[in-house]
Amino acid sequence: MEFKFTQANLERIEQETKKYPVRKPAVMAALYIAQEQNGYISFEVMKAIADVLGITAEEVLGVVTFYTMYHQKQMGKFHIQVCTNVSCMLRGGYEIWNQVKDKFGLDHMGVTADQKFSLEEVECMGSCGTAPMIAVNEDYYENLTKEKVEELLQSLKGSN
Amino acid sequence: MEKILLPDIKDLHLIDVYVSNGGYNAAKKAFKQTSDEIIDQVKKSGLRGRGGAAFLCGLKWSFMPKTTDKPKYLCINGDESEPGSFKDRQIFEFNPHQMIEGTIITCYAIGAKTAYVYIRGEYHKWVKLLQKAIDDAYAKGYLGEKMKETFGTNFSCDVYIHKGAGAYICGEESSLMNSLEGKRGYPRVKPPFPAQNGLWGCPTTINNVETIANVPKIIEKGWEWFSKIGHPKHPGTLLFGVSGHINKPGVYELPTGTLLTDIIYNYAGGVPNNKKVLCVIPGGTSMPPIRGDKLEGVRMDAESLKEVGSAIGTGGVIVMDEDTDLVKVLARIAHFYHHESCGQCTPCREGTGWLEKILKRIIAGKGSTSDLDLLITVANQIEGNTICALGEAAAWPVKFMVERFRDYFEQRVSKEISLPVANKVHSMRETAFPLADVKN
Ligand SMILES: Cc1cc2nc3c(=O)[nH]c(=O)nc-3n(C[C@H](O)[C@H](O)[C@H](O)COP(=O)(O)O)c2cc1C
Ligand code: SF4
Ligand code: FES
Repeated sequence: MEFKFTQANLERIEQETKKYPVRKPAVMAALYIAQEQNGYISFEVMKAIADVLGITAEEVLGVVTFYTMYHQKQMGKFHIQVCTNVSCMLRGGYEIWNQVKDKFGLDHMGVTADQKFSLEEVECMGSCGTAPMIAVNEDYYENLTKEKVEELLQSLKGSN
Repeated sequence: MEKILLPDIKDLHLIDVYVSNGGYNAAKKAFKQTSDEIIDQVKKSGLRGRGGAAFLCGLKWSFMPKTTDKPKYLCINGDESEPGSFKDRQIFEFNPHQMIEGTIITCYAIGAKTAYVYIRGEYHKWVKLLQKAIDDAYAKGYLGEKMKETFGTNFSCDVYIHKGAGAYICGEESSLMNSLEGKRGYPRVKPPFPAQNGLWGCPTTINNVETIANVPKIIEKGWEWFSKIGHPKHPGTLLFGVSGHINKPGVYELPTGTLLTDIIYNYAGGVPNNKKVLCVIPGGTSMPPIRGDKLEGVRMDAESLKEVGSAIGTGGVIVMDEDTDLVKVLARIAHFYHHESCGQCTPCREGTGWLEKILKRIIAGKGSTSDLDLLITVANQIEGNTICALGEAAAWPVKFMVERFRDYFEQRVSKEISLPVANKVHSMRETAFPLADVKN
């Protein structure tokens, strides 16, 4: 599938490159911007970023595959991340993981057929003091209970 | 106790409130002195790094070359991905300007004109909060070209945020630099050390967010004042993040050397339902765990914890009550390090996987006493044989948990297992047709 950055996004990437003495480090920000525009990182996206930054598509691919937050397939509109690391686990993180799994019939990195929801079991998110926690896209939901999770999932199901 | 990093001042995150409480005066004071004088004061203050290794901050700064034709850089480590750690985000949220002011002073001391704050990708909210504070500091003339006029100096520096994208290893300083250069976050072989050969081959200093946030107060109130707080060999306060089985989880700013039992029972409200403590990890999951029956008298600073065979790490205290399944906890920890290993070194890449597998086997009821020895052997073979300290981070919890809770683990593997074939190794292989079933 063809990919072209919007003019506004090209400018945002240009702005990012100004932070560094060379252009390459902006690849990480460019990938976020591309993911926002395209939904996921396709090979066309990698080529577009490589062109903009004057690096090779292979270098971009190397970065994409190293970090967990860049996705090479379309994830759900609501990407639900459940932490099951120790501090969350001690306060019911796995119960919440199972609850969300059952609710959507999804497993790790699964996406619902309507592409509205996707699920990821994540490592410690830095919310151990307010565990257990879930992140939906960029937002944290902390100090969760089964009831609060149910409420959250219902409200996501209801929204567009 | 006066708080140094998170004082109880309403809206301190706003630049006007920070300034009206004396903010940015320490930078003013610093610019009246030479950079060597600043380094000297930080050295004498005894400030040690808050990112895990507790290395002397002023000493680290003094490794930066005085004369070089290359630009110098400061990296501030806000990757904060060690499980059990959630303190740096408090600084981003509640006192970002103190960290920015610390950045200015540090840049001046080491001669860097550019600082990068590396923040983990998941911290979208805190990236925005810090960016707002940085923008305000620029607008008010505390950063960039305008600071020359504001501070009456000919020095200026710039601060940028670099956002990570989900990789624990990028908290390791050389991995962080590779990530900042827009590469895969592989740790680098040391030497050369960052002060000689860091970002883009230039002299670089890396410090934790909390470390840097201490600097303005040391300059403002003097190194003597700071050196008298807490433990003399590890002075100051620490942001202790308390989590797990605890009534009031959260971040507590307390002097170093505070009793662990005080943190658990006085500040954080004790254990729910008054249960006994089985185990405490004192500084994030990489650090050797302490038995619940050995907590009495344990003080929370680098020196005291070393004496009891553990380490301060990031000050992330994880409390586990008597009903905790330690094997499951350890298996979860092992899974984490296996998942986060970057794969460059064979002992770490393979060893972390073996640790996880063996622990899962024990959970499945198929473990034996020899598995406990095997866990320690594998951990020992990782430790010291790798490029970066993730090797130790993976080995320590396993090795020390099994050693210190040998009785507990023995019980878990002592169950009788009858196998249909004599060769245990073969029968325990994972196959599509499991030969051995556990009889409870
Ligand atoms: C696997 C690994 C992960 C680390 N993660 C962090 C981190 O998230 N934040 C941090 O400040 N230091 C982290 N460190 C320690 C850094 O390498 C470095 O020592 C530290 O940032 C130096 O700052 P300090 O001297 O102010 O403590 C990590 C080290 C290792 C080996
Ligand atoms: S010790 Fe592990 S994480 Fe560190 S460089 Fe080696 S393989 Fe990578
Ligand atoms: S363990 Fe879940 S946020 Fe830290």
